[in-house]
Amino acid sequence: MSRILQDRDERRPETHPLTFRLNDDGTPVMLDDYREQQGYASVERAFRDLSSKTLIEELKTANLRGRGGGGFSAGLKWSLTMQGEGIPRGYIVCNADEMEPGTFKDRLLLEQQPHLLIEGMILAGFANNAYQGYIFMRGEYVDAARTVQRALDEARAAGWLGRDVAGSGWDFDIALHTGAGRYICGEETALINSLEGKRANPRAKPPFPGQSGAWGKPTVVNNVETLCNVPSVVLHGADWYQGLSQGKSGDGGTKLYGVSGKVKRPGLWELPMGTTGNELLERAGGMRDGHTLKTWLPGGGSTGFLLPEHLELALDFDTIGKAGSRLGTGLIAVVADDQSVVSLARNLEEFFSRESCGWCTPCRDGLPWSVKLLQALEAGEGERGDIDLLESLAVDLGPGRTFCAHAPGAAMPLASAIHYFRDEFERGVTRGQGAAHADPIPVGSV
Amino acid sequence: MTHASTSTSAPIATDGFVLHDEDRAAIAHERDHYPHPQAASIEALKIVQKRHGWVPDAAIEAIARELGVSPASVEGVATFYSLIFRQPVGRHVILLCDSSSCFLTDYEALRDAFFEHLGIGFGQTTPDGRFTLLPVCCLGACDRGPALMIGDDTHGPVAPEEIPTLLEAYA
Ligand SMILES: Cc1cc2nc3c(=O)[nH]c(=O)nc-3n(C[C@H](O)[C@H](O)[C@H](O)COP(=O)(O)O)c2cc1C
Ligand code: SF4
Ligand code: FES
Repeated sequence: MSRILQDRDERRPETHPLTFRLNDDGTPVMLDDYREQQGYASVERAFRDLSSKTLIEELKTANLRGRGGGGFSAGLKWSLTMQGEGIPRGYIVCNADEMEPGTFKDRLLLEQQPHLLIEGMILAGFANNAYQGYIFMRGEYVDAARTVQRALDEARAAGWLGRDVAGSGWDFDIALHTGAGRYICGEETALINSLEGKRANPRAKPPFPGQSGAWGKPTVVNNVETLCNVPSVVLHGADWYQGLSQGKSGDGGTKLYGVSGKVKRPGLWELPMGTTGNELLERAGGMRDGHTLKTWLPGGGSTGFLLPEHLELALDFDTIGKAGSRLGTGLIAVVADDQSVVSLARNLEEFFSRESCGWCTPCRDGLPWSVKLLQALEAGEGERGDIDLLESLAVDLGPGRTFCAHAPGAAMPLASAIHYFRDEFERGVTRGQGAAHADPIPVGSV
Repeated sequence: MTHASTSTSAPIATDGFVLHDEDRAAIAHERDHYPHPQAASIEALKIVQKRHGWVPDAAIEAIARELGVSPASVEGVATFYSLIFRQPVGRHVILLCDSSSCFLTDYEALRDAFFEHLGIGFGQTTPDGRFTLLPVCCLGACDRGPALMIGDDTHGPVAPEEIPTLLEAYA
């Protein structure tokens, strides 16, 4: 079970739209409780006062940016969904595949507040003229699956799902789909293939899912946390939502931030968008005794390393982007001074190598190669030229050279590790240049 | 449970493998969630696996017939996903998170302790058929790293010396 490390007194409806209802003991907030605390009020408001167009405008103005890692404006994405005369009604797909190393936020929302997600998906269905929603949940989240299924049944029995939702004359239902492993399922087009019962290879874009997604119909894929933000935007308006970030960021809203690694109090907090790394680390009680911070990842395994001095930056998409990394999922992982960056880079590239879907050459062959080079450096058996080779591999894995963002995600921690900690890599070089450098691409063992 | 939505009432048997009636009903129920039956492939594999512990070749054929899709398509799916087991596994599958935040909270020491305690490596099953050990992607329990799952239960943080007590609950 995930825990929010803020007491109920701190979590208020005016400041903590994602978590104010959560019980201190972590038990799920089911329908009756949820209804008593503004639950589904945004759906009533939307049916009463809004059209698809005005809802999407509100969302754009609120500047709610995608919480799955990319930071794409949810309102903008929805405004690009094909709808209208002659266009079939399509799908809302909630990405609940959460497998990004270091990320444990969607689990909290799924396990403890499933109705907030359902409410957000109903609004997404209404705005995008969808008739069916799917929650694509990773197979390991068994408790979350039980709770979400129970909530779906409750919502259907109460008339929030199914035919004629809440007397609006509009039909919309949601089904739970559970996965069977593989990180690549979280990539939105791979996820659509997986939902269709196929292997999870990404699809070429365009067409974008909003034009032609699941079963060829317009499909909107959004992260759990993104969808959970929509009800408060609709209920209280874009200006209110913008104000939640308290001027700390141009982005609206709050963020579920977290800290993992060797800190005293690892956990999750809902805080204004743009909260600094320093404040997060403070909430986590600082490093465990005997450890000092060497470096950190701002939002998952596919984001770039940053230095302690970067902790003063606002943790938002633009600021962390300008610092050369990515906000990603916004859950930071700290590395202590006695932990090896070379070993951690090896661990990360092993992950990306194993999880590659194998479609493109740089990803399929380049990643196992980078693992071999990193293993050698870690063992102090690296050869002269290995570090340059790793750097050029990181370029080959970079944006625009592969079918999906998996490979660029693998390149970012690798390139930044070498950039900031080259001396650690150099300590692993003990040999002259050998034959390994003659072959451009060795036979990878995928 | 009813068979109302299954297409035929005759049991589907391939190579001696018969889909259990309850499983056929469960598969039919899943199939109704999608515009195309192929989409229920993964759920169907998981339903069969839940009963048998793993997915034998003959089950692929049976699922394909049940859904009206090609065996090659079901096979392609079965081999792609890491939580579908194509070989017999132990009574309890241990999924040990090997991702970065657990790595930073001493996953490798825990892994080595498991190897030693169970006398097996990743992808292997103990000779008594009790445990299979597999690595898994970040379990979304990084605040409790190093984390792992045994069956449906998530545990963390787990220290190497806690392994014997932890495993006692799984006979
Ligand atoms: C390899 C890979 C894995 C991904 N995994 C996830 C995931 O587990 N959850 C998620 O929400 N987004 C994931 N994404 C991002 C999705 O492709 C997509 O951008 C996101 O679900 C869109 O939702 P948002 O705009 O609400 O953030 C992943 C992307 C890549 C390239
Ligand atoms: S970049 Fe990697 S994961 Fe993405 S499509 Fe290519 S091989 Fe597959
Ligand atoms: S890295 Fe192990 S649970 Fe997230």
